[in-house]
Amino acid sequence: MVSRIREKVDVCVVGAGHAGCEAALACARLGLNTVIFTVSVDSIALMPCNPNVGGSSKGHLVRELDALGGEMGKNIDRTFIQSKMLNVSKGPAVHSLRAQADKAEYTRAMRKVLENQDNLTIKQAEVTELLTVEDIAHLNDENEVTEYEKNDKKLIIGGVKIYTGAVYECKAVVLCTGTYLRARCLCGEAITYTGPNGLQPANHLPDSIKKLGIELRRFKTGTPARMDKRSIDFSKMIPQYGDEKIVPFSFSTDPESIQIEQVPCYLTYTNEETHEIIRANLDRSPIYAGVIEGTGPRYCPSIEDKVVKFPEKEKHQVFIEPEGLHTNEMYVGGMSSSLPEDVQLAMYRTVPGLENCKIVRNAYAIEYDCIDAMQLLPTLEFKTVSGLFAGGQFNGSSGYEEAAAQGLVAGINAAMQIKGKEPLIIDRSEGYIGVLIDDLVTKESFEPYRMMTSRAEYRLLLRQDNADLRLRKKGYEIGLISEEQYKHLIDKEKMISDEIQRLKSTIVGANARISAFMEKYDSPALRTGCSLAELMCRPQFDYEKLSEIDDERIKLPDEVIEQVEIEIKYEGYIKRQISQVKSFKKMESKKIPEDIDYDDVNSLRREARQKLKMFKPVSVGQASRISGVSPADISVLLVYLSSRYPKNNE
Amino acid sequence: MNNNETIAAIATGLSESGISIIRVSGPDAFSIADKIFKCSDNKKVSEYESHTIHYGFIRENNEIIDEVILSVMRSPRSYTTEDTVEINCHGGLLITKKVLEAVIRNGARLALPGEFTKRAFLNGRIDLTRAEAIMDVISADNELALKASVKHLRGDIFEKILNLRNEIIHETAYIESALDDPEHISLDGYSDTLKEKINSILCELIKMEESALDGQIIKDGILTVIVGKPNAGKSSFLNMLIGREKAIVTDIAGTTRDALEQHVRIGDLSLNLVDTAGIRSAKDEVEKIGVEKSKEYLKEADLVLFIVDSSIKLDKNDLDIIDLIKDKNVIILFNKSDLSSVIEEKDVTDKFKDLDNLRVLKISAKEKTGIEQFCDLIKEFILDQSISSNNELLITNERHREKIHEAIESLNLVMDSINKNMPEDFMTIDLMSAYASLGEIIGEEISEDLADEIFSKFCMGK
Repeated sequence: MVSRIREKVDVCVVGAGHAGCEAALACARLGLNTVIFTVSVDSIALMPCNPNVGGSSKGHLVRELDALGGEMGKNIDRTFIQSKMLNVSKGPAVHSLRAQADKAEYTRAMRKVLENQDNLTIKQAEVTELLTVEDIAHLNDENEVTEYEKNDKKLIIGGVKIYTGAVYECKAVVLCTGTYLRARCLCGEAITYTGPNGLQPANHLPDSIKKLGIELRRFKTGTPARMDKRSIDFSKMIPQYGDEKIVPFSFSTDPESIQIEQVPCYLTYTNEETHEIIRANLDRSPIYAGVIEGTGPRYCPSIEDKVVKFPEKEKHQVFIEPEGLHTNEMYVGGMSSSLPEDVQLAMYRTVPGLENCKIVRNAYAIEYDCIDAMQLLPTLEFKTVSGLFAGGQFNGSSGYEEAAAQGLVAGINAAMQIKGKEPLIIDRSEGYIGVLIDDLVTKESFEPYRMMTSRAEYRLLLRQDNADLRLRKKGYEIGLISEEQYKHLIDKEKMISDEIQRLKSTIVGANARISAFMEKYDSPALRTGCSLAELMCRPQFDYEKLSEIDDERIKLPDEVIEQVEIEIKYEGYIKRQISQVKSFKKMESKKIPEDIDYDDVNSLRREARQKLKMFKPVSVGQASRISGVSPADISVLLVYLSSRYPKNNE
Repeated sequence: MNNNETIAAIATGLSESGISIIRVSGPDAFSIADKIFKCSDNKKVSEYESHTIHYGFIRENNEIIDEVILSVMRSPRSYTTEDTVEINCHGGLLITKKVLEAVIRNGARLALPGEFTKRAFLNGRIDLTRAEAIMDVISADNELALKASVKHLRGDIFEKILNLRNEIIHETAYIESALDDPEHISLDGYSDTLKEKINSILCELIKMEESALDGQIIKDGILTVIVGKPNAGKSSFLNMLIGREKAIVTDIAGTTRDALEQHVRIGDLSLNLVDTAGIRSAKDEVEKIGVEKSKEYLKEADLVLFIVDSSIKLDKNDLDIIDLIKDKNVIILFNKSDLSSVIEEKDVTDKFKDLDNLRVLKISAKEKTGIEQFCDLIKEFILDQSISSNNELLITNERHREKIHEAIESLNLVMDSINKNMPEDFMTIDLMSAYASLGEIIGEEISEDLADEIFSKFCMGK
């Protein structure tokens, strides 16, 4: 008889990708004894796909995560090699920051943060089993669960068991298994049963998860090839440079400290020849040949998908991006594929500049087990297993940023539950993180969920530039934002409102000096006095230009000026969006009592009744977003609630 | 409210009519009826087949309250889908109330306004927009309003709004997908396309909003102000009009602006008649107030009936009145046509600017002549003039008009953004507002209080 290790901790985080790192750091920083398990300590915060962080709407997620006290924004600020604010020609709502990462550095830097975090232990081990409190009570000396009679009570998580048989008892588990569950990689006909980059998959855990009554499904994603820089002819491509003035991701990073020398990316295009090769070989693509069972993301399509879906397009963009400063590998953005090696090479070599390319790593598709996140509460805790939380690609999302955001929220809520505090639920009007989680836990999705600008209804309020103003206070209340950082926020808020007030109440007259100024900028002359704020609304002017006639102006930080300018210039739109949020909030605040009996609501359609019973939405607002629940059902529900529970709805 | 309770109310109006109906709905409807209804066949109400009627008496404590006809509708084949009994008793306030009280004493609860329909809704018999249309049908007190409401019930308006709404979401979706996938979807030159689209949607909505003004007139009645100097015959004309058909003169609570207002139906139209306290330069204070009030009425009036005494010459009084009403839709009634006339039509009509808004008729209130001609004239005048065609969709519901108006305002803001060259992502804000407003009309968008608001507007017993 062998006795096995048994340890007691507060939180176990399974997986050390972008979600797992955030979850573990949040728990440890909130004072909980935390263990993070990974199959390879060398692969902490690995970027197995694109070498960048942020981008359209994803950049919003990173800034929000940073406002709440997450690590991703700080880590990319430490390790980026190029940075660019996207969509600057459009409105401020869709500006988004994207930074190219030095992948190896990113991983190394995040590992360092984890290694030096108090209360956090890193453990290289495959987690093979989830144990409930009852399972723990029935463990024998060898950590085997002896037979016992299961009852119908709600399951409560009690710990995890790793491949050696060691058991870690804990109060909460956060599952961040990414793409590792029963993973298999496909490169045309060649199939390997591994996780990303040949890493060890987790083949035991899925069975244990299913035993808890959790349903699993299969998703697919893919990545393009990496090429040897020396084999690429960059003279045939258009260089893409970073911004002259770099904006950091983190609100805590001093902009001055990151004005680094940047490396370029390159833009080239596919052509008809490329598309011809792809079309001719579609039967050898595992997706089109029917080998892949998982569903891939619509919005991060493989080059095969693009050629099939946009037959009229003569070319598609291809971005060649460095994987780091100390490697010759280049990422071929826009051309992910699961076609066989020989087809890949032929297809890549039709692209200008890639005629003689040498592939270091082949493009491949990966298939993995994940959940339908509708099994989760908005806190990211499983509805049926108390204390079991989940974040990241395991929840059916795609992308590093989406993963990190969920990991942070799952980690925070595991900690809040252990501490007996209110959970963190960000609603759709408060942040992209709220939209992300609400969509995941409420809307049916048949492919990996990617964050997109269009998913956020109130995006003019959810700008990347004001993420701190929206969420930092929550981070402070949770305990992840320091007193000093919080004070900085309060000062910033005050400076913004004071300056707006000043601009609104400073009136300039229709005198000679002002007339000359108006003429200089081709703006219609003033007939009467007018406030500086009103002038700023004219398309010809901005804050900077008005300094010529604004004598009382004091020097303000750029981040304050940016807010002042947006708030004044877009005041009308912002006000209207706020009123849209008000009606949204009303529906969110209509809570549905837990004891509601949907069978008693006669006029619900059958489909709606089934869905409502299954999802148990917490509010009428959430109920209205469940697919299969129609507005007519919602009106029935509203009238029913106000009749049956008059007090709840006051 | 609890569906386990049995509710009752008087389903017919509270007026002195021939027959009143007391509706009882809920699980105990039959057992309550059993306690108070006695039929010669000595059967129990609960034994009757569904959709049968029975003659008998309402009795309580061995005292006969009324002789009634009772109809039985079993769940789910009733308006509320619950067991329902309807007691047809003799009209008359006192008797009806006594029967209702007996029902309530024996276990029913007085229904809240709209509660029967609310139950029908909660039990899945009707949806919200249908409930709202039913309310419109119930409250429509003339033919045209009824037609418009029935059209809504049938879904014509629904269809139209749905189409406009689809057009809006189509444009929004295009902008959104271009934001998400700028590589494949371009917004170059799109603002011109959008401008054109929005313009055409706006045209449709504005037409609907204008129809709402007509719809409102049709639904609420035409505010008709009677003017004329003292003794011109205003009161006797009014009495003649009212006397035409006694039963239809009612004071409608809530719609009546003033005790002076009287409701008269002429064919498809409803007139809300206001008799003014003769307009002239008043000397004493009390009279001044009356005159001011009359002037206010005139401002709002859809139609003015100007009564002229054709047996005496026009005087300053008449001229003052003409001055006040010359911009309105006016019917000049030359009264006392039984006497010899001393004024020509032209003497009066010449003083008005726009003859298109003017009609003339000779009557005699004393001899009661000209009334039929008056009714024809008014139908022709109103229907041909202000209401272009009754085949069009008419918006008769004030809530719908408000929402259409909101949508128009939002789309105007979209136009404004286009004209100011704002980036496209700003336009979606107001596009979505317009989309939501239109959605509220057809129940695709549910605002928090909408449902209760709709039911609260119902009247008792419906």
